[in-house]
Amino acid sequence: MINRRIVYSLCCMCTGRCPIMVEVENEVIKHIWGNPHVFGAKSLCPRGAAGVAFEYDNERPQYPMIRDGERGSGQWRRVSWDEALDFIADKLKGVIEKYGARAIALSDRGGPHTELHKLFLRAIGSPNYFTHHATCSNSVHNAHMSIAGHARNTVSYDYKNCKYMVVFGRNLLESLITGEARNVIDMISSGGKLVYIDVRWTYTASKAYKFFMINPGTDYALALALLNVIINNNLYDVDFVNKNVIGLDYLRTFIQPYTPSWAEKETGIPAEEIVKIAQEAAEAKPSVIFHPGWMTAWNEQDFYFRRAIYALNALMGSYEAKGGIVIAKGAADAGVKIKQPTALAPKVTEERCDGAGSTYPWIRAQWGLLQRLPEVIERGDPYPVKAYIAMRHDPLASMPEPETWIKAFEKLDLVVSIDVNWSWTGWYADVILPESTYLERTDNVIVRRGLRPQLALRQKVIEPRFDSRSRFQIFKALAERLGKGEFFPWKNEIEMVNWQLEGTGFTFEDFSQRGIIDLTKEPIWYDRNNLKFDTPSGKIEIYSEFLEKAGIPSFAPYERPQTPPENTLRLITGKVAVHTQGRTTSNNPILNELVPENHLYIHPSFAKKIGVKDGDLVEVSANGVKEKITVRVSSLVHPEIAFMLHGFGDPVPLRTRSYGKGASDVRLMQGKLKVSIGGNCPLFETFISIKKAQ
Amino acid sequence: MSKYVITQDQKRCIGCLACVVHCKVENDVTLGARFCDILPVGPKDINGVPRILFVYLNCFHCEEAFCMKACPTGAMTRRNQDGIVYVREDLCIGCKSCIKACPWGIPQWNSKTGKVFKCHLCMHRIDQGQRPACVEGCTTSCLTFTVPEEATQKTRQLYAERIAENLKAMLW
Repeated sequence: MINRRIVYSLCCMCTGRCPIMVEVENEVIKHIWGNPHVFGAKSLCPRGAAGVAFEYDNERPQYPMIRDGERGSGQWRRVSWDEALDFIADKLKGVIEKYGARAIALSDRGGPHTELHKLFLRAIGSPNYFTHHATCSNSVHNAHMSIAGHARNTVSYDYKNCKYMVVFGRNLLESLITGEARNVIDMISSGGKLVYIDVRWTYTASKAYKFFMINPGTDYALALALLNVIINNNLYDVDFVNKNVIGLDYLRTFIQPYTPSWAEKETGIPAEEIVKIAQEAAEAKPSVIFHPGWMTAWNEQDFYFRRAIYALNALMGSYEAKGGIVIAKGAADAGVKIKQPTALAPKVTEERCDGAGSTYPWIRAQWGLLQRLPEVIERGDPYPVKAYIAMRHDPLASMPEPETWIKAFEKLDLVVSIDVNWSWTGWYADVILPESTYLERTDNVIVRRGLRPQLALRQKVIEPRFDSRSRFQIFKALAERLGKGEFFPWKNEIEMVNWQLEGTGFTFEDFSQRGIIDLTKEPIWYDRNNLKFDTPSGKIEIYSEFLEKAGIPSFAPYERPQTPPENTLRLITGKVAVHTQGRTTSNNPILNELVPENHLYIHPSFAKKIGVKDGDLVEVSANGVKEKITVRVSSLVHPEIAFMLHGFGDPVPLRTRSYGKGASDVRLMQGKLKVSIGGNCPLFETFISIKKAQ
Repeated sequence: MSKYVITQDQKRCIGCLACVVHCKVENDVTLGARFCDILPVGPKDINGVPRILFVYLNCFHCEEAFCMKACPTGAMTRRNQDGIVYVREDLCIGCKSCIKACPWGIPQWNSKTGKVFKCHLCMHRIDQGQRPACVEGCTTSCLTFTVPEEATQKTRQLYAERIAENLKAMLW
């Protein structure tokens, strides 16, 4: 007798959180599909489909472990959960007594499933919550907050109805999320035009109406020239701009030097093509998207580049327009109030250790500046930080200069890694706590914002295979040990979920039929004549008094990017469909089989210059750090760049499939633990030397 | 030829390999083997943009199958009801004759069992009224599980609609 059942949940193979439908037979997961009630099909990207291989892989932490040798020695002893939690709690108590709760820092990958970690930090009284966004979307986020009072992700893109989309290096069809990729393909299939700009050809470029290979680091020049054409030729949406935008005159003056023919010299894109993009976009307005990007830790001027993109959207009137950038409606827009766990504890008012929101008033404190943490730890300035919890986050594998982190860890009394995977950070931790996988645990209810807001829930599909615990159990147990149990008043996850839903008329059970709860039948549109933006003026602030007062110009003059020093190339990294989040997929039995290592793509002209050919093993180096990688020679990368996939060069031997394969990009990003104006690390200002390996 | 066919809409395919992964999970396809596959060809410059073709390949389930003719034990079997060509594992002796015979490299080697295995269009799913895993899980729904009659009809319909588009340009 086979016992079959279906469980709806949310994926966690990347941070896309796609709704999934899981088939279970006799308590064994057979297949993971996309949730057809959301996608209209059982579509799910390759990473999501490989979730089954992840679940049944034994190469992950299986029980709590305490270090039993030097940090990084790989010496561990198995301990009980009680011993591990007591050990952590004792250390944290010691840190709190001596240095205060602010000496405890925690980082994660951001997103809506961070409620319980944030609640824990609030409960103990530490302001030092960090996300990985320093190497991801800090600049686009802070740019959008400054210009429109919106987070990067409190707007969504109405791809399906978009008629003209200009994309700068956002590789939508490879660095993909299932729903987004489907919608972009729907757009192209129904005649929408995609203009793709990048320093290399990608699969997204292959589907584009036009593809331009831009000179590296000059995207801001292109955006300024587009603004120039649009303003000087009155191609903008006058009505929308009059109602919603302040600072047009300021911008008009500012962009005068940035003509298309000037931009041609900078970007390598012909002036007449730049004019054409502006004209074609204007013809399609307001169903136009100038895509602001996602992973935007590119360069020092990124903040201004992203502000320029948002200004382009504002001039097209694409905010809250069909086929444009739509404001993502939340539960409240549908008249539903969801309780969030963090609301149980008061906000911590103490100053952060990284200066976000204080030294850098225009950088939002909510995501933090993780790149500053090693320096803060080393110097104890502005105050000591003595304990660090990496929550499903691997900064050593994803932030620049892992060696700098490892050195800073020496100053810490406690390093904890909580993860479903073996991680590089875990390798240097004092305690590893295995979290139950996304298929083995229930998390807090989240709101899927959009034109039709929905509630969604990640819920336990099968019992944990190993001696792991959910994040709920872990942070509740830690809070209790620190005398803060009252902030985690629920017995279990389901009780928390039902508490979140109190007063909505919904309960935990309502997720069982379709996995999601629709909060509205019809799409919710705001009145375009009465849009309110969460800026000081309530409008889109192309000119921002707030920024100017902070000593930051609303737009900074374009600075020409550095030409690669002799015999070096600019290092650019990116993703493919089977590996978008680096280390969470690289050791997956199936995904590793499909793409086992990364390669270095260089232009034939450079290959010839240094005497290497396709398939050669080369040594790449930056500031004395060396990595080895196989070369691919391609005329479809810009002659001044070297491209490699992010997330390889794995130094953790427990991950036998990915261990030692390919090169680590972050090791090469020397000197990039830096705060650029947007709060981002300027990752793509890295130059590497390349020579044939001996 | 089996009575089924899987068609692919090139415009929608993004070469993400979700089909391969869904297939491998569904059919427990061992390391190194693939039942269905995506073969990227190109890129080639078409109207100023380098375009790549993602060629989807699965078993054709031939009417006069090379693999069946080559098989000395009768392990390579054709299902009467719908023409699906599959391997009867109990009869396969692992001689690899089918692998050598198939012009499209379809039969795969199962390193765990020492026998051949191959695409059977997920016949366990078809028998339950479901579609093959590659089609079901495709990220962009570029694959369609259908029968030739329907597939050709759909092609004709799309062609007719394109003519109508042109007419619109001419007449209005």
